[in-house]
Amino acid sequence: MNNAVRLKGIRDGLLVSLSHSQWGEQEKALLSYIDARPTFFAGARLAMDVGQAVWRVKELSALRDALSQRQIYLWAVLSESPVTEKTAQLLGLATRLSTRTGPQRRPTRPPAEEPNVHWVQKTVRSGVRIEAEGHLVLIGDVNPGGEVAAAGNILIWGRLRGMAHAGANGDAGAVIRALELRPQQVRIAQVAATEIRSSGPAQVVLEKGIIRVQSLNSQEFKVNHER
Amino acid sequence: MSAKVITVTSGKGGVGKTTTVANLAVALALTGDRVVCIDGDIGLRNLDVILGLENRIVYDLVDVVEGRCRLRQAMIRDKKLSNLFLIPAAQTRDKNAVSPSDMVRVCDELRPDFDWVLIDSPAGIERGFRYAIAPADQAIIVTNPEVSAVRDADRVIGLLEAEEKGSPSLIINRLDVNMVRRNEMLSAEDVVDLLAIRLIGIVPEDDRVLIASNRGRPVVLDEAAVTARVFQNIARRLKGEDVPFIDLGNRGLWSRLFSGRR
Ligand SMILES: Nc1ncnc2c1ncn2[C@@H]1O[C@H](COP(=O)(O)OP(=O)(O)OP(=O)(O)O)[C@@H](O)[C@H]1O
Ligand SMILES: [Mg+2]
Repeated sequence: MNNAVRLKGIRDGLLVSLSHSQWGEQEKALLSYIDARPTFFAGARLAMDVGQAVWRVKELSALRDALSQRQIYLWAVLSESPVTEKTAQLLGLATRLSTRTGPQRRPTRPPAEEPNVHWVQKTVRSGVRIEAEGHLVLIGDVNPGGEVAAAGNILIWGRLRGMAHAGANGDAGAVIRALELRPQQVRIAQVAATEIRSSGPAQVVLEKGIIRVQSLNSQEFKVNHER
Repeated sequence: MSAKVITVTSGKGGVGKTTTVANLAVALALTGDRVVCIDGDIGLRNLDVILGLENRIVYDLVDVVEGRCRLRQAMIRDKKLSNLFLIPAAQTRDKNAVSPSDMVRVCDELRPDFDWVLIDSPAGIERGFRYAIAPADQAIIVTNPEVSAVRDADRVIGLLEAEEKGSPSLIINRLDVNMVRRNEMLSAEDVVDLLAIRLIGIVPEDDRVLIASNRGRPVVLDEAAVTARVFQNIARRLKGEDVPFIDLGNRGLWSRLFSGRR
């Protein structure tokens, strides 16, 4: 028996939970667990739950390399540590299982109850995904192939040219705002839309189940802002 | 003296990485610097051909890594420039023959004796890309003014940022001014606008690049070619000089580059 590594099949591959508290021990335990059953893991998509352990970029990217040498594709890291979450996001890994696995099934939970704002200042490049538990404020562009998602609202002080998903846990009242909209796709709650365009500041809202774009140069802005 | 290690990478294949490495290596060597380039494209080597050194290969990078020869034995000196060397890739092996730490070790051994180590990365973002960027102090992204190449470049820049390699520099290769004018091609401005990293060169589409490569004599040695000057200027920018861009007719970028926004 091996309690340091627990394995579970999930819709999107395998989920391993690591019980050690240090990244180094977790890495060792995981790799020796895998190396004991190489054929079982070869070709697997792996999500990894590291609990409270702190992983930094060098460490996690080295593990990802070690896994990819074993033909294992690490796609998600679940963590209770904000440092580790940030690391995973920087490496373009998912930090939750649900968001990568198709339609949301979670019950609606209005984010307004916990006004928690995730503040990010960077260009969200192709292949990078940023997720926020509450609202997301991004200072920078979302490039094509980049993704931002938030349980609450998304404010992009830049251009949205990739994908944005507001109300990711089902909040149909969530909005997306950006200085320029040419997204590949926007989603609010479960509704998705493409071909959304605005050359100036605008917001995307869900109205009676339909995604609409509203320009933000007028009074509208103030009204909606207090939503 | 300690060399600066620069990896030239792109994501998408065929955009001109090897061409860039060969021309910058020669351009830097022409200024008197000691330069070594490493062909990181194991299994698909061609930097040796472009530099006209293919007939001199005895040992290669994999021989060094696997201990079959000393580093010096795998270094081929250029025919004309005595301060330019190539460490060729193995042709009969694959990317699994080298690891990121192997590359770090090789480069650390080269650093004291050179001013520049230029690494030609294979296309893609898998293992070959990983070992090619592992030792880099700086990365140069080569892209073409083409949506898919730019998208891949953006992805690679994101990966480099995640590896804490800092912000890479950008070379836009194969720009055709006439096509840009007719709105048939992304302009350099469009590309810089999206990638938002420092531009260090715009290389025009030029048949002489291919002809020169086939002859094993990089275009930078062709004094009549504008493209030669372009590569020389990139080399000077790498050395820290502030060199104005040659006007290839891409107006929009001008106002942009000189209005203080990069
Ligand atoms: N500025 C240019 N003008 C015209 N042709 C060019 C130019 N730059 C590169 N080429 C041609 O494009 C082709 C691909 O170039 P190169 O081999 O340097 O690309 P690469 O990125 O190294 O490719 P790979 O990903 O396969 O390693 C070559 O035939 C080369 O001669
Ligand atoms: Mg090449």
